Amino acid sequence: MSVLVDEDTRIVVQGITGGEGKFHTEQMLEYGTNVVAGAVPGRGGQEVAGVPVFDTVQGAAREADANAAVVFVPPAFAGDACFEALDAKGIDLVVAITEGIPTQDMARVYRKLQETDTHLVGPNCPGVITPGVAKLGILPGNIFSEGNVGLVSRSGTLTYQVVDNLTNRGIGQSTAIGIGGDPIIGTDFIGALEQFEADPDTHAVVMCGEIGGEDEEEAARYIGEHMDTPVAGFIAGRTAPPGKRMGHAGAIVSGSGTGTAQSKITALEDNGVPVGDTPEEVADHVEDLL
Amino acid sequence: MRLHEYQAKQVFADAGIPTPASQLAETVNEAVDAAEEIGYPVAIKAQVHVGGRGKAGGIKLVESKEEAREAAEDIIGMDLKGYHVSKVLVEEAVDFVNELYVGVTMDRGEGRPVAMVSTKGGVNIEEVAEEDPDAIAREHIDPAFGMHPFQARKVVYEAGVDREVANDVASVLTTLYQLWDDRDGADTEINPLMITSDDEVIAADAVMNVDGDALFRQPEIAEMGEEAAEGDELEQKADEYGFDYVRLDGNVGIIGNGAGLVMTTLDLVDYYDGEPANFLDVGGGAKADRIANALDMVFSDENVDSVVFNIFGGITRGDEVANGINQALEQFDEIPKPVTVRLAGTNAEEGMEILNEDLVTVEHTLEDAVQRAVEYAKEVEA
Repeated sequence: MSVLVDEDTRIVVQGITGGEGKFHTEQMLEYGTNVVAGAVPGRGGQEVAGVPVFDTVQGAAREADANAAVVFVPPAFAGDACFEALDAKGIDLVVAITEGIPTQDMARVYRKLQETDTHLVGPNCPGVITPGVAKLGILPGNIFSEGNVGLVSRSGTLTYQVVDNLTNRGIGQSTAIGIGGDPIIGTDFIGALEQFEADPDTHAVVMCGEIGGEDEEEAARYIGEHMDTPVAGFIAGRTAPPGKRMGHAGAIVSGSGTGTAQSKITALEDNGVPVGDTPEEVADHVEDLL
Repeated sequence: MRLHEYQAKQVFADAGIPTPASQLAETVNEAVDAAEEIGYPVAIKAQVHVGGRGKAGGIKLVESKEEAREAAEDIIGMDLKGYHVSKVLVEEAVDFVNELYVGVTMDRGEGRPVAMVSTKGGVNIEEVAEEDPDAIAREHIDPAFGMHPFQARKVVYEAGVDREVANDVASVLTTLYQLWDDRDGADTEINPLMITSDDEVIAADAVMNVDGDALFRQPEIAEMGEEAAEGDELEQKADEYGFDYVRLDGNVGIIGNGAGLVMTTLDLVDYYDGEPANFLDVGGGAKADRIANALDMVFSDENVDSVVFNIFGGITRGDEVANGINQALEQFDEIPKPVTVRLAGTNAEEGMEILNEDLVTVEHTLEDAVQRAVEYAKEVEA
């Protein structure tokens, strides 16, 4: 079993004719993902990697029965691309890979999202993968293995690192969700944790957070109050000096103690979540939880 | 991207927000002439991106030509918390009876903009937010509709602003929101917004932070931002190369892809008793030349004794990274500092085959790579 994606997920790739869109469409297909369409304005009727391209997402949903969209559109147009996917009938999952979408564009997308039943993952995220079934995004498929550990992370590459540590000792994954590091995202930690909690085949969850914001603290409270599935955690940015911004929009430590690695680690531990000092130690914790 | 006060004030004034008479000066004589023209008392204010300028001696109130000269001599060229002051704003000193705080920012937790007003202006608003959060009235704005005039009035009344000036303050707030919206603002603030004895409202300071991701559609702001660029040589170099870079105190240089993984690498260097020299994220999908630029950056930091590359490819491809490392290192007769590389993920195997092992040390796990880099750094120090 899995969350968000399954055998019936049929994907339209927005921006499939661009360099990244094309490369990762090939990678997704190679992984066995059911990519059924591309959508690029003005390129309807073309083919990329054997996949038919439509002018609109709605066209891809109607003609090719696409029910999930993956956005590889450049940042200036990516907000609009997200709107298009949210607006298309039949699309119930949108995964936005694009990094650098203006925050105000995302605020409007987020506003629209509240009116729909569609799940949005990202932006600025690696995507979603259910090993052996489908990957939507840029995650390197070969490091994942099938199993029963769910993963949710704000950082793409950190997800890969932790997955690598799990796979290397024979622990497979049910689904991994990279929720992205931008200030405004669709599915957040709690949204992903809810999904994992409801999935009978996810037996443990790894949550990877980082300094900045208070999402991890809120997620920790949610875990304490609502989750039976055990969770292990990791927080990046222990050594970050206060007041400096470390890449992700969220990854800034204020001087006041909120949003620091320590406040997140404490919140998690107080809610029964063991936190690893290193990615390898996270895998140790998962082993203990299973 | 943050504008200087004088730039932000210009943007605010152009939009119709009242600001004090002021002139920018780059020399002591220019500053004195400006003060004479504006008429005393004037404030002489260092134009650097530093909080608490006043306390640090970067803002002085002067009453005469002699005082103006003295203050300008003190401030121009001074080192203010690590920043060199090359410009001052000479500004009419407003005689006020009250100071307010007015701001618009993105509430990331809510995913919506928020307008804020407080009668506790003129002080560090972050401290107010922490110690007395109720002293700041807040109103969330639906980005689809923008700020309705009633919302501006509502938040102003809730903050307890005097009735005589409430409408004018609401009007300033409405303009501020519109600016924030039109100019892709991140934080846009007036602190203090001064109220004079004649019930005039005047923006005595101006903060304008603009979303760096939106500069492609804000060419005027982008140009101002280039003028406002600050920081040491390495940080300016990082801006040129377009890296997320933070300089730290240690001697192990760190290059990686993705903020979370780079931070984890820093944490691991610390965990294995090393000291990180920097945070450098090459971002997603870096090509060979970008990798070479990253190495150039870290080699330029003389505190660095050893470099560790930690790349876990997703959208970034290991072969591109390997080519970049080879390209950068092949220029040297002798590699300046030992480089340890760990490549995983997309095209990592191809990358490993390409990497010139005469030039770098290859490790297969994150832990091994970090430990090796820390050892190298210790050998150099010893």
